[in-house]
Amino acid sequence: MSEKEIKKPLLQVRDLKQHFPIEAGFIMKKQVGAVRAVDGISFDVNEGETLGIVGESGCGKSTTIRSISQLYTPTSGSVVYNGLDLIKAKREELLDARKNMQMIFQDPYASLDPRMTVRTIIAEPLEIYKKRRMLEPQMSKKDIEDRVEELMERVGLNRAFKNRYPHEFSGGQRQRIGIARALALNPKIILADEPVSALDVSIQSQILNLLHDLQEELGLTYLFIAHDLAVIEYISTRVAVMYLGKIMELSRSSDLYKNPLHPYTKALLSAAPIPDPVIERKRQRIILTGDVPSPNVERVGCYFYDRCPYKMEKCKTNIPPMKKVDEHHEVACWLYE
Amino acid sequence: METNETRKTLLEVKDLRTYFKTDAGVVKAVDGISFKLSQGETLGIVGESGSGKSVTNLSIMRLIQSPPGKIVGGEILFEGDDILKVPESELRSIRGNKISMIFQDPMTSLNPFLKISTQMVETILLHQDMSKKEALKKSIDMLKLVGIPAAEERIHSYPHQFSGGMRQRVMIAMALSCEAKILIADEPTTALDVTIQAQILELIQELAQKLDTAVILITHDLGVVAGLCDTVCVMYAGKIVEKANTDELYARPSHPYTDGLIKSVPRLDKAQNGKLFSIEGQPPNVIDLPPCCPFHPRCSRKMEICTKQYPPVVDLGKGHEVACWLYAENKENSTDE
Repeated sequence: MSEKEIKKPLLQVRDLKQHFPIEAGFIMKKQVGAVRAVDGISFDVNEGETLGIVGESGCGKSTTIRSISQLYTPTSGSVVYNGLDLIKAKREELLDARKNMQMIFQDPYASLDPRMTVRTIIAEPLEIYKKRRMLEPQMSKKDIEDRVEELMERVGLNRAFKNRYPHEFSGGQRQRIGIARALALNPKIILADEPVSALDVSIQSQILNLLHDLQEELGLTYLFIAHDLAVIEYISTRVAVMYLGKIMELSRSSDLYKNPLHPYTKALLSAAPIPDPVIERKRQRIILTGDVPSPNVERVGCYFYDRCPYKMEKCKTNIPPMKKVDEHHEVACWLYE
Repeated sequence: METNETRKTLLEVKDLRTYFKTDAGVVKAVDGISFKLSQGETLGIVGESGSGKSVTNLSIMRLIQSPPGKIVGGEILFEGDDILKVPESELRSIRGNKISMIFQDPMTSLNPFLKISTQMVETILLHQDMSKKEALKKSIDMLKLVGIPAAEERIHSYPHQFSGGMRQRVMIAMALSCEAKILIADEPTTALDVTIQAQILELIQELAQKLDTAVILITHDLGVVAGLCDTVCVMYAGKIVEKANTDELYARPSHPYTDGLIKSVPRLDKAQNGKLFSIEGQPPNVIDLPPCCPFHPRCSRKMEICTKQYPPVVDLGKGHEVACWLYAENKENSTDE
């Protein structure tokens, strides 16, 4: 989005797997299988950039973010933030790292406690870290109060609304409250889980602009999830396309849209409607047949095999590795071997 | 437009008003809207949440719950007869038979306790003079038509055994099983993924042509409208602010709201740098709206008169109608363009 200097990875994810056990039996529970929500993904998030993750529902995008922030305990792999492997980190270290890693959630109605005032919501992260004596420098009551007002102003909320409750706000304003809360601890990286998909078009562009401005001003790094390709293209520096818990393609956002390589990316791009009737009528769509298969089975071949229009014999029994086609473009597909 | 004039008008909505009485005041969810639908035409109704698009269509089906809702004025002429004057007992001959509907959420619109076959056969038996056996055969044919593989076996499944896209296909099959002349699709693809959305939209388009059904498509997605609709109505705060055929609307959006809406969507085919266009402010509260243009607090081109009086509907030629004071003043000039 904006010009970048030499980038260094802020967050490194290596071969991250998040399986959820499927249990059977009532008293004597035993594991009979696993939902492979995230099945071995690796990527870096560089400082100051926005890495977008795009994919359909159930592809594991939200799980990825939750595993990174250690809301789930990952099955295997590593998540390294600033030299610290969060999966193996001690609780104290993890808490400290989390200060720099905040989340924005999808549903602005469900992610704010209806019984808390805006002031309490935004101040909560500060209060928690104050109690643990992990705030640097320590903040007095007055400092926190000032910080809340400053944050509200920054995200475009009137500071006079400090003592109101979430139900008094519209969806877009609530999302602003959520953003203010995420910014409270001055984080370095923000994990945004579909922050605009519940909003109306005119409000969506307001929030995207706000996130864009905040990044430039505060030098934030985003890991941004969305299912809307146009939103992802707009906000991201690089994009990872996920399918069934695997990354299919990873590239700079401009390259991905100009030159998609993976058959799934191509289908996804061609399926997204464009708000222009002239273009829309001329477009050739690649319509995928069938639905996304179940993530419960262990796969030996390409994860996209069932729906791929270009499948070959080789794809059935060999999982394609991520292959670099050029410096910034990686794809997991046997077509490019 | 020429083709539409020669075709028979199926449905005509004249000055429809649907109000809801609440404790806080009267909500004018739909406030005086008029449009026509011809045979085989696809009409799009676009608007943000709360703009009254769903209420419009529930009113056409007479599904407004009363109290609190009430259709307080207007006419809905289906083939010349006013639906609003039909007694309650005869409504069933219209619903499903002549006008049928698919809903937004395919997960909740099927009964989870009943097999697909039971639900489909029930629908057909209610509306058509058939034996149970014939109805079942017809159901299977419909499922084949909407592209459900192994329809003979799958018809005996329960809804939870189908994926979201498949359920929406079942809903479409049910809606079309009684040869309805008008299909109202209320956000049919909002709950679905892009690749599935492309499948379902393709299907609706194909079936509408094959069965010569007129379609009213309600959506918030401007991309979907561009690909599918012949004519588009843009709604804001219970009123139609602009109406035109699709090409015309996207080429020359005349109402500042339509213009802003089209500009504020990030586009896949055009890489954007910098900021997105955005309409400032929040959508209005529809309770006790003042009798002026509801868009004026957010409008970049507002004038003195906008805050005092509701603008008249101006015809810009070729069926392009807009409700805005910008065009009311120089009505003579604007038609020359």
